[in-house]
Amino acid sequence: MNDSMTLGIHRVWKDILVHKMNPSPGTLLLDVAGGTGDIAFRFINYVRSVRERQLQRKLRHHQNLSWQEIAESYQEDKSKSLGDSQVVVCDINKEMLKVGKQRAQHLGYTEGLSWVLGNAEELPFDDDKFDVYTIAFGIRNVTRIDLALQEAYRVLKPGGRFLCLEFSHVSNPLLSSLYDLYSFQVIPVLGEVIAGDWKSYQYLVESIRRFPPQEELKAMIEDAGFLKVDYQNLNSGIVAIHSGFKL
Amino acid sequence: CVSHSEPRARDGHGEEEEEEEEEEGCYQLYPGHIPTSPLQKALLAAGSAVMALYDPYRHDMVAVLGETTGCLALPNLRDKMKHHPEGYRILQERPRIRLSTLDMTRLRGLPDGTLGREYVRFLEDNKVSPDTRMPPKFVDDEELAYVIQRYREVHDMMHTLLGMPTNMLGEVVVKWFEAVQTGLPMCVLGAAFGPIHLSARKLQVLATELVPWAIRSGLNASCILNVYYEQRWEQSVESLREEIGIFPPPAIRV
Repeated sequence: MNDSMTLGIHRVWKDILVHKMNPSPGTLLLDVAGGTGDIAFRFINYVRSVRERQLQRKLRHHQNLSWQEIAESYQEDKSKSLGDSQVVVCDINKEMLKVGKQRAQHLGYTEGLSWVLGNAEELPFDDDKFDVYTIAFGIRNVTRIDLALQEAYRVLKPGGRFLCLEFSHVSNPLLSSLYDLYSFQVIPVLGEVIAGDWKSYQYLVESIRRFPPQEELKAMIEDAGFLKVDYQNLNSGIVAIHSGFKL
Repeated sequence: CVSHSEPRARDGHGEEEEEEEEEEGCYQLYPGHIPTSPLQKALLAAGSAVMALYDPYRHDMVAVLGETTGCLALPNLRDKMKHHPEGYRILQERPRIRLSTLDMTRLRGLPDGTLGREYVRFLEDNKVSPDTRMPPKFVDDEELAYVIQRYREVHDMMHTLLGMPTNMLGEVVVKWFEAVQTGLPMCVLGAAFGPIHLSARKLQVLATELVPWAIRSGLNASCILNVYYEQRWEQSVESLREEIGIFPPPAIRV
């Protein structure tokens, strides 16, 4: 459904989020409301490729080693292909987590992943634990956004980063009308035809419009204690990435 | 007109069913009605047509196609009912065929060959139930919504009277009959494109024997929506066929 509604562009949005995060090996990520694993898998791929480049660079400096020593160094590094990076996927919905676990198995992700059942408004984690906190297309469905933001602040380490990917508001009037037309005329129809569910997709479109616009969300994030809060519009504001730091 | 409700917490992706009390808009004409703009109806018609063809088991798509394209045929059917004494009574009394209103034990006890007995036999043989018919959502007139609901519930009677099972071939034959009888574009499309999923052998039987008979019967028969089936359980299928004007089915195993 996500592919149909966004013509596959949601994949690009999620790629941009992880690229903006630019995680290095050894990062501990908490992905909230990410039950089906989209962000988690991208994180692992990114960290793996960064790690590979690190190892390649290391090897280039070791070209005076014997071939036997080089082969042995492969063994060591293989066990650390992620470089101790880890992602904890937390979701309130058991079914979503189940789907995520199945996808992980299907796609061959075996290490660095943990799946935890939890509520964004009351996370089952201790203070100052994570390097990065992400919530992609999840914060819109939280009843008390302020509580979720406070929890995000609590569980992040000092220096940790908060990243939120969510639908936002289009300010350009022409684009806004086109976007509204598409949202209200096409999306519920897609919901009915593909998923047999008009009402949920009508709700989806309405909930996007009720969600706070960019500046308001920025203020809420600052209220939770984050500093250097900023946002980046994607596709003229259809989607926005908000970022803040616990300093 | 869009409803403005309080934001609520949603599990997972916020794609859960709303509670039924929440009205879709100010223009809800009957329970389950979803008001739609002309553009939405056009998109629904196109989308449901493609989806029904792609996956014939999406009965909900066939239903949606019927609702979004029936704007000419449905008033026509309603008028036919209004101008017929039995049809008029049906429009007034609005009977519904469902398990809760049918006395299955009594029907099963009726003699073989009666409408009631054969209808129950049809339901059991094909493992179907009258309660799986979709309620209308996109018809913007409350009376026409009943007409299409009645058409859906009478569909099983058609199977019984035509002697057709619920396999692909049987359904296509009933669609041809219904297309001639009702003029609903959904029936016409179903009759024309349904055969895509059939084997060559079945197509041959369809084209040479079954469709000509279905068309002849459909043209000869009076309007099938003008029969108060619920008051005719004791009537024999043969006599009802004669009364309506449906010719005896060809002796072919479908």
